[in-house]
Amino acid sequence: MKHLLSLAIAAAISTSALAENIAIVGGKVITQTEQGTIETGTVLLKDGIISQVLEGEQVPEGYTRVDATGKVVTPGFIGALTSLGLVEISSWAGEVDASASQSPITHTGAALDVTFAINPDSTLIDVSRIEGVTSAATTVQYTDMFFHGQGAVIGLDDDAELLKEKAFMVVNVDGNAVDSHGGSRAALWVTLEALIDEAKNTLQVPNLITHWDGINSRADVKALRGVLKGEMPLFIEADRAADIRQVLAFKKRHPGMRIVLLHGVEAWRVADQLASADIPVILDPQLNLPGNFGQLGATLHNAARLEAAGVKVAIGMDTHNIRLAAQHAGNAVANGLSYEGGIASLTSVPAAILGVDDKVGSLAPGMRADVVVWSGDPLEVTEAAEQVFIEGEAIDMTSRQTKLRDRYLKLSGNKTDTTSHYVKP
Amino acid sequence: MKHTPPKLAVGLACLCSVAMVACSDEPADTQEQAAYVSINTDPYPSTYTPIPGNPTVIQNVTILDGLGSKIENGMIYFADGKIMAVGDTVSFPDNATVIDGKGKWVTPGIIDNHSHLGVYPSPSVGSTSDGNEMTSPVTPGVWAEHSVWPQDPGFGRALAGGVTSLQILPGSANLFGGRSVVLKNVPSRTMQDMKFPDAPYGMKMACGENPKRVYGKKGGPMTRMGNVKGYRQAWADTQAYMREWEKYQADYDAGKNPKAPKRDLDKDTMAGVLNGDILVHMHCYRADEMVVMMDMMKEFDYQIASFHHAVEGYKIADKLAENNVCASMWADWWGFKLEAYDGIRENIPVVHQAKACAIVHSDDELGIQRLNQEAAKAWSDGRRAGIDIPMAQAWQWLSANPAKSLGIFDKTGSLEVGKNADVVLWTGNPFSTYTKAEQVYIDGGLAFNLNDPQSWPLSDFEVGQVGEGDEK
Repeated sequence: MKHLLSLAIAAAISTSALAENIAIVGGKVITQTEQGTIETGTVLLKDGIISQVLEGEQVPEGYTRVDATGKVVTPGFIGALTSLGLVEISSWAGEVDASASQSPITHTGAALDVTFAINPDSTLIDVSRIEGVTSAATTVQYTDMFFHGQGAVIGLDDDAELLKEKAFMVVNVDGNAVDSHGGSRAALWVTLEALIDEAKNTLQVPNLITHWDGINSRADVKALRGVLKGEMPLFIEADRAADIRQVLAFKKRHPGMRIVLLHGVEAWRVADQLASADIPVILDPQLNLPGNFGQLGATLHNAARLEAAGVKVAIGMDTHNIRLAAQHAGNAVANGLSYEGGIASLTSVPAAILGVDDKVGSLAPGMRADVVVWSGDPLEVTEAAEQVFIEGEAIDMTSRQTKLRDRYLKLSGNKTDTTSHYVKP
Repeated sequence: MKHTPPKLAVGLACLCSVAMVACSDEPADTQEQAAYVSINTDPYPSTYTPIPGNPTVIQNVTILDGLGSKIENGMIYFADGKIMAVGDTVSFPDNATVIDGKGKWVTPGIIDNHSHLGVYPSPSVGSTSDGNEMTSPVTPGVWAEHSVWPQDPGFGRALAGGVTSLQILPGSANLFGGRSVVLKNVPSRTMQDMKFPDAPYGMKMACGENPKRVYGKKGGPMTRMGNVKGYRQAWADTQAYMREWEKYQADYDAGKNPKAPKRDLDKDTMAGVLNGDILVHMHCYRADEMVVMMDMMKEFDYQIASFHHAVEGYKIADKLAENNVCASMWADWWGFKLEAYDGIRENIPVVHQAKACAIVHSDDELGIQRLNQEAAKAWSDGRRAGIDIPMAQAWQWLSANPAKSLGIFDKTGSLEVGKNADVVLWTGNPFSTYTKAEQVYIDGGLAFNLNDPQSWPLSDFEVGQVGEGDEK
């Protein structure tokens, strides 16, 4: 059965260059829209966007049929917080744009802009997308500076299309950030207020010939303007409930800013306040150990308790293995998160948080046709993406990893061939 | 030379050797022998006592016996800490506690042969960072058990994930990192209370990037060839050390009164390896490096029990099988350094298919809580690539094979009559994201019960803190 379906999908791929219109038919469709979950539905992809989502099996004329009977169809998953495109190998092998240090142009990190650093040829993009991740927030993650700069949202298509630049900015206020910023929260929060204040009260960003003695650089001030206006959400990383209460107080002081809580290990302890302040949370639901004194309340039930209080939860913080976000969400569901909430944590919620919900994160007409056909429940560790569509095109479901695998499977299948000399087919 | 009290002996011996050469030539038969110096190989002995258990039967349950068989609707009976019977139907005494396992699964307890719980515990702070003696590249004389903090909350979390035994390894900064210890995963006050009785020691070695990164600017090694020179010199020195002890014993047996060699704790551990008493666990990622290590093992005549991480194991699965070396692997970690760049999702099933000993390991305080999911991923990835391994076979990665790598397979690692009753009852198919360990038995004692909050482990560290007693 599985093989037949794969063949059917393969047939569809081979013609996809010509047939731009695709009908994904017969699958269980999880729309993340008011249509909810359609037990047997059809998703129509036309010119790179979703044209319609229908009940039942309907293939209009001019559409290539992709049979998804017995399969699950979802919007492409969104990496809620990654450094995709900015890093090839994390440690000791060059090519890491996911870390940054101070320079004359940025003193506080706000001015960093990852859009200049994204490499669409990174092998991580193929590795991630063949497992159903079709877009991702990407940002600098390692810096001694206060802010991690202006992050972006990219599509995981061949060109790593920029879906949104200046999409968000990360600042870390938890215990491990304290060391770099005055050695105490008593210094760190005062610094944050001072930096925000400086940007707010500098009515005109100083030009290069104006004398400027600010803590922020000129470019930092400019970047922070977007945060102040609420155009660029500020992702504040904090775990300890006391720190999260400071985040809540910060939001009260700056009602015009959009705040997202990042990491939030003890967020469940202030879930009601987060809900009333309309602060969503991006978290890793596996964290259940007191890794430090800010995480004493860590529990696998964090996501479920936040959801119960009405907080929006996004799941997916990793880079090389952002593909495992689905497993993480599944574990959150195993610990009380609703199934819908589990899917939403990978699709519609990160889309809304990142301000790209007009493009990705749901199967609604007009959205970018980023669609995944899964062998079964995508949150189940034994299921997998069978075919991924990005902007309406069936992508090549290979990566450097699958190629290495096939190369060595070939070798082990042919015992007389004792070398691994590569001969082009 | 006559036997003299030890404190004086040192000074006299010096004088004798320099100025009075003739005195050492006294005939042996005139000497009075000093007490024979022997080395206590178990100075920190296990004080483990099992949690008391009732005779227990689980019936109507799906059983993976850990050896490759699956029994649908089967029964298992254990008592007095041992597995008494496994099968379609088994007889059991009237006083046994009977558990209905309808819809549930039973497996051997999970054994993680690569953990740093206790030596890199939570909270992870400088004060608790006790896993890597990064002061010299050759430190086989340090023992992980002397760093293990039994109050690491991670032990309890791993128990909730069905882990019944685990090997605590030193870190991988050093060529020779030190001795490992195998523990029973029971909440305890002391390391000795957790220590797996009669399990052999292991010794950690490390290939590749870590030693050269740590020591490249601290006296070396700074290259992979420098690493290999470092191992070989240490093995050669150990051989010389062993000859000293052999000579001491031979002379003593001949009735002479030889002076015992000075003990060298590093070489004691390495000699244990060359004697076959201590098992080598070697951190190694790259295929080509692993093959060099297997040549070195032949050069110095020892056995590597398992490579650890072996991210490129799939490239040399045949050679692992040939050399009887296990590979302990993650399902999907990759790319965090260059030697982990060629990771593939099918690594574990490819190694298994080549008839090598494949093991799922964690090396992680979160991963250890769901090793069943790691195996499930590898199993399903293998199937999709055409490597169709029955689920019951795949469970060997979690229990039997790690037990073999630790030298404890005669005691645990499968549901065989007479073996320790290390048993997990799962809420359903353990190859599912949604399944949890419901009951975890260690030597027949119920160590964890998902449905009984009183049984949830609580470390001293968590007492009186936020989240005490919460569902974790």
